[in-house]
Amino acid sequence: MSVSAPAKATIPPVRQDRARKYGPDGISGRRLGLRIAVGVVVVIVFLTPYLIMLVGSLKTRPEILRVPPRYFPQDGLQLGNYASMWSTPETPLPFNLISTLIISVFATLLVLLVATPAAYYTARFRFPGKIAFLFLVIVTQMLQPAVLTAGLFRQMLVLDINDTWLAMILINAAFNLSFALWIMHSFFAGIPKEIDEAAQLDGAGRLKVLFTVNLPLVWPGIVTAIIFTFVSSWNEFAASLVIMSTAENQPLSVALTKFIGQYATSWQYVFGISIVAIIPVIILFALIEKRLIGGLTAGAVK
Amino acid sequence: MSTLTPPVIRERKRGGGLQNRDSLWAALPWVGPVLLLIFGVVLFPAAYMIYSSTRRISQAGTNVEGVGFENFATVFADPNLPRVLLNTFVWVIVVVSVTVVLSLLLANFLNKPFPGRTLVRMAVIVPWAASVVMTTTVFYYGLDRDYGIMNSFLVDIGLLDSTYGFTKNVATALGAAIVVGIFVSIPFTTYTLLAGLQAVPSDALEAAKMDGAGPVRTYFSVVLPQLRGALAVAVLINVINVFNNLPILRIMTGSIPGYSADTLMTYIFKVLQFDRRLDIASALSVVNFAVVILIVAVYVKVVKPMKET
Repeated sequence: MSVSAPAKATIPPVRQDRARKYGPDGISGRRLGLRIAVGVVVVIVFLTPYLIMLVGSLKTRPEILRVPPRYFPQDGLQLGNYASMWSTPETPLPFNLISTLIISVFATLLVLLVATPAAYYTARFRFPGKIAFLFLVIVTQMLQPAVLTAGLFRQMLVLDINDTWLAMILINAAFNLSFALWIMHSFFAGIPKEIDEAAQLDGAGRLKVLFTVNLPLVWPGIVTAIIFTFVSSWNEFAASLVIMSTAENQPLSVALTKFIGQYATSWQYVFGISIVAIIPVIILFALIEKRLIGGLTAGAVK
Repeated sequence: MSTLTPPVIRERKRGGGLQNRDSLWAALPWVGPVLLLIFGVVLFPAAYMIYSSTRRISQAGTNVEGVGFENFATVFADPNLPRVLLNTFVWVIVVVSVTVVLSLLLANFLNKPFPGRTLVRMAVIVPWAASVVMTTTVFYYGLDRDYGIMNSFLVDIGLLDSTYGFTKNVATALGAAIVVGIFVSIPFTTYTLLAGLQAVPSDALEAAKMDGAGPVRTYFSVVLPQLRGALAVAVLINVINVFNNLPILRIMTGSIPGYSADTLMTYIFKVLQFDRRLDIASALSVVNFAVVILIVAVYVKVVKPMKET
């Protein structure tokens, strides 16, 4: 991604340097200008919905329901919306936020706890049924809670944990496990075995080798797994919609749908809470952007 | 859109290294918890769902009696089913094909160097990270006939004579849902194809140039064949994701009464939530699940994630 020019003793003229950086044979400034223009259009297309969200979250109620709408609010920006939205009557938003946080954090922790040893082990050792095990992991990666919601709902009813955080923690963990396992597996596999052997000669057990020798080296893989699981649990909708029936227990994704279809929806609050929910995950996702590509190339994309 | 990297398992055949073969018992403490979670929360509910589809179940979830294939007979005799299947088919085909074409263009563009490219890539990632429910909500609001800002924009640029209630009738609500579906599917697809493009060896490109092939010729005879794997992965994962998508259609077509704008997934959730018919919902889910398994089978066959090297 980053094209680093080889270090040179003499500083080349800026133009030449630019040509070196932006094309193997150098490209004309006009072409570069065209690319930048297309880039700007792409940015506008992908960000406009979120800009509408942001501006909308700062509008007054009459402004956001105004017919015809104005592109920019004229009663000033209502930063106070971000304080008053928490007591909106449609849904107990503070509880929804807490619920979303708890479910996502614990699902991520559970995934980490369960997937890390398995990823290390499958990358290092052979055992009967290893191929079958990894195949099972791949197949679950293709499944989503929505496909099995009818079964999950009934299972949680019978286990008497329907409508609890525990149910959603288990579901989010189980369905994100395979991605986390796979990405960490590929990172562990990239560490030379000799490092393990050296530590074992010093008398360290397997667990100690994993924690003291391997974990410090694979942290980018772990961070990727953590962020991906967290974001995906944070956004989960289908299973929560059916399983979490109490208003206080519902995650934000489900709670927000209650605003829609009302006589006069408080869109400014819908967008305020959306901004609060979206900005952190965008930042998290941007942090692993390069590794998302890396993970993809390490997979079947060859 | 949560599914990501399609992994390839490569088992090294040659031995060597440290104790490289354990017994199953030695492996269990390491992989057992994963198995427990997969069996307990993925495979068990799948089996339980299949079992439930052959039972009569009360609204409280109590198992009343076995009814054989009666629930499936009810499902297949359902007058709504043909329409629901047609909608599902149109929804998947249109969203996936348009997504793949647009993503291919976008990936090629993002593979070219220009200042600010990282910024553009970051912008493309946003709909992938953001909650699909929240993204869809903005479109739903924006397309409102009275106060929708996208609607009035379409009038301002002359595409519409007057604002239109897109979410109020079946065809336009489905159309709007398709647009949102494409919008949220492009990031994952673009990144997959971008990764594929970056894996195209540069000496192959140089060789083509030496042979005097023009850029178009090079693209079709060198780059596209190299992209086949990435394209196969992108198409199959998109088919699964789009087929199983609930929030987009549920929100965009939510104000349409009846089932004329439903896909299999939104239909299942209506039966599950509003009719509280767990048995019928299970039977429908089993039909849905069978389609998913079929797609997974095609994936395994085409992408060959288990290939040995």
